[in-house]
Amino acid sequence: MMENIYLTLALAPLVGSLIVGLAGNRLGRTLSHTITILGVAISTVLALYVFNHHVLEGGDVFNENLYTWMQIGGLNISVGFLVDNLTSVMLVIVSFVSLMVHIYTIGYMHDDDGYTKFFSYISLFTFAMFILVMSNNFMQLFFGWEAVGLVSYLLIGFWHGKESAVEANLKAFLVNRVGDFGFLLGIAVLLMFFDTLDYAETFALADQVNGQTIFGDMSVITVICLLLFVGAMGKSAQVPLHVWLPGSMEGPTPISALIHAATMVTAGIFMVSRMSPIFELSDVALTVVMCIGAITALFMGLLGIVQNDIKRVVAYSTLSQLGYMTVALGVSAYSVAIFHLMTHAFFKALLFLAAGSVIVAMHHEQDIRKMGNLRKKMPITYITSLVGTLALIGFPGFAGFFSKDMIIEAVHFSNLPFAEWVYYAVVAGVFITALYSFRMFFLVFHGKSRVDHHTEEHLHETAPSITAPLIMLAIPSAVIGYFTIEPMLFTGWLDNAITINLEAHGSVAALKEHFHSAMGLITHSVMTLPFWMMVGGIATAWLFSLYRTQWADAIQKRFRRTNYVLESLYGFDRFNEVVFVRGSKKLGDILWRISDMAIIDQFVVNGSARFARFVGSVIRPVQTGYLYHYAFFMIIGLMLVLTWVLVSGNTPLIDLGS
Amino acid sequence: MIALSDYLILSAIVFCIGLAGIFINRTNIIMLLMCVELILAAVNTNFIAFSYYSGDVAGQIFVFFILTVAAAEVAIGLAILTLMYRNRGSIDVDVTNSLKG
Repeated sequence: MMENIYLTLALAPLVGSLIVGLAGNRLGRTLSHTITILGVAISTVLALYVFNHHVLEGGDVFNENLYTWMQIGGLNISVGFLVDNLTSVMLVIVSFVSLMVHIYTIGYMHDDDGYTKFFSYISLFTFAMFILVMSNNFMQLFFGWEAVGLVSYLLIGFWHGKESAVEANLKAFLVNRVGDFGFLLGIAVLLMFFDTLDYAETFALADQVNGQTIFGDMSVITVICLLLFVGAMGKSAQVPLHVWLPGSMEGPTPISALIHAATMVTAGIFMVSRMSPIFELSDVALTVVMCIGAITALFMGLLGIVQNDIKRVVAYSTLSQLGYMTVALGVSAYSVAIFHLMTHAFFKALLFLAAGSVIVAMHHEQDIRKMGNLRKKMPITYITSLVGTLALIGFPGFAGFFSKDMIIEAVHFSNLPFAEWVYYAVVAGVFITALYSFRMFFLVFHGKSRVDHHTEEHLHETAPSITAPLIMLAIPSAVIGYFTIEPMLFTGWLDNAITINLEAHGSVAALKEHFHSAMGLITHSVMTLPFWMMVGGIATAWLFSLYRTQWADAIQKRFRRTNYVLESLYGFDRFNEVVFVRGSKKLGDILWRISDMAIIDQFVVNGSARFARFVGSVIRPVQTGYLYHYAFFMIIGLMLVLTWVLVSGNTPLIDLGS
Repeated sequence: MIALSDYLILSAIVFCIGLAGIFINRTNIIMLLMCVELILAAVNTNFIAFSYYSGDVAGQIFVFFILTVAAAEVAIGLAILTLMYRNRGSIDVDVTNSLKG
């Protein structure tokens, strides 16, 4: 019964994707989007049913192999589902956001030639993400992992006529390969020591493997965790593998919302939460996770301040928020990370779709310096954006407030090394988040209009297929945190999926101790540091983008160097360009010279020819052509053989010795 | 009484004359054929000597075969020689080196 539901849930988008992908041109636009939306709608309904079954009614965890893909010796690689509360939550997030994006796409891609292809891709993506979150073994996880990477590649380069899009999708693909390579190595080490790829079996053996060492005296568990986390860094865009995410804004906006904000980038967060029984065993790995997260959260947020492309600002805030989730993972607050993942999925999808709505209304103008005062013309987009922005900066009561506050508190209670620094980083991050979010918000919707006349005349609210998803996403962005904080973090929604070593990592337990009610958090918040940081951020944003705009320019001039560092994105792209791109070109050049030209061409190919010629030149004089020479050699040879026969062996015919 | 070794020495001398003839002779292929005949004669002498002293006639019968084969060989050799002379106008050993590498 449940098995069929899971299968239908996962396969419905795939079926839709295949039908539309193969026969999209014949089906036409309306039928194409109906089929794919129907597929995802089925998944959404079933996901809600599954959520109800597992989380609300407390159904048993489903963990079964459905099909044996291959059997190599004792290693069984299967296709199977592990559906517990964590999976259920992820399914609801993925399917709901995906459904909203599908509907939104009708309006956004209306004029695009690749309309049906686009629907096929996003449905395929939904399928891949389902497989990723539902898998019960590492092989299937890896399949989903690569599949979302592939679809992401296809979609970033969707407008493949644009050179920047092609560059961006190549960049995304290559950077993800780096992460995936680490991930694959992690799986390999895991297989080497655990001898199984199944989650449940792996977790059961974790205590046994704990304490074993590899490469001299490194703990196996630490090595596995760090390698797996490299994979998470690639997918979830953590420093230094974050460079692909801002570039991915070259794709159509629905994709930015679906893949690069709400779902795919959360794969790393989900994976680490799923692996919590292993990560809990390594303090070193957790500290690394936490520090990488803090660096991403703080420094990527700073970059958002100097961006002028509306989508890029949101992209950098995504990076920063992913950093927050990673910090939560690092302090063992997995449930908090998933909580933030959920709220973030809603409000970030909302923000992206709202940005897309603005872009459509502005006839594909993305520079926020050329916008302004749009609130009168686009009331629905304005209000939903406001909700999304308030949720993002963690305004008390909105979804992001609860999750972000919990992360900050969890870091506060953590006793890992460097936790104190990380605490300051995430608190400072609140100020920065408020600053760049409201800077963008004010520049787009308030102040004087900087829109050119031609666009101004056509400016109006976007179509219902665009505004409806905005409203649908604004509702959870506003309220979901309030309703789910208690069950999700404290009364055990995720307990059957997440393991925490409570003695060593007590931050969640401490959170629980201090938590009274969601309402209490709101009223208490005005006395906390993050709240005032946020207010400060909003005030600063208002000051520089509305009240005294010339001050912003003055500061920009005064701190030219800082501004340069930020605008050059800390030089990560430059570094990659110089070291990896030119480096590998140079390496290729050297290899071409040494191995291709010198070894293969000169030594092996020409060398063997030269060797044959040399041997010939030595041997050729022997062939004189004179009969008596041949006869002479024959006689000499005969004599040698005869002598050999006569004197050799144990009983020679002629005994020379005696 | 002539001993076996005397026959063997004689045959060795004849064999060596034949061999030396093949190596030293530089002018005439007919001389080569004659030297080959000398070598065969030496071998035949050995056969007959051993056959007589060991009382086994098989060796003498073998000699007949060798003589027959030698006769055939000379016939073919002379025929080739004639053709070669017709084609090249020479039967000089030093000139026939077209197998030279």
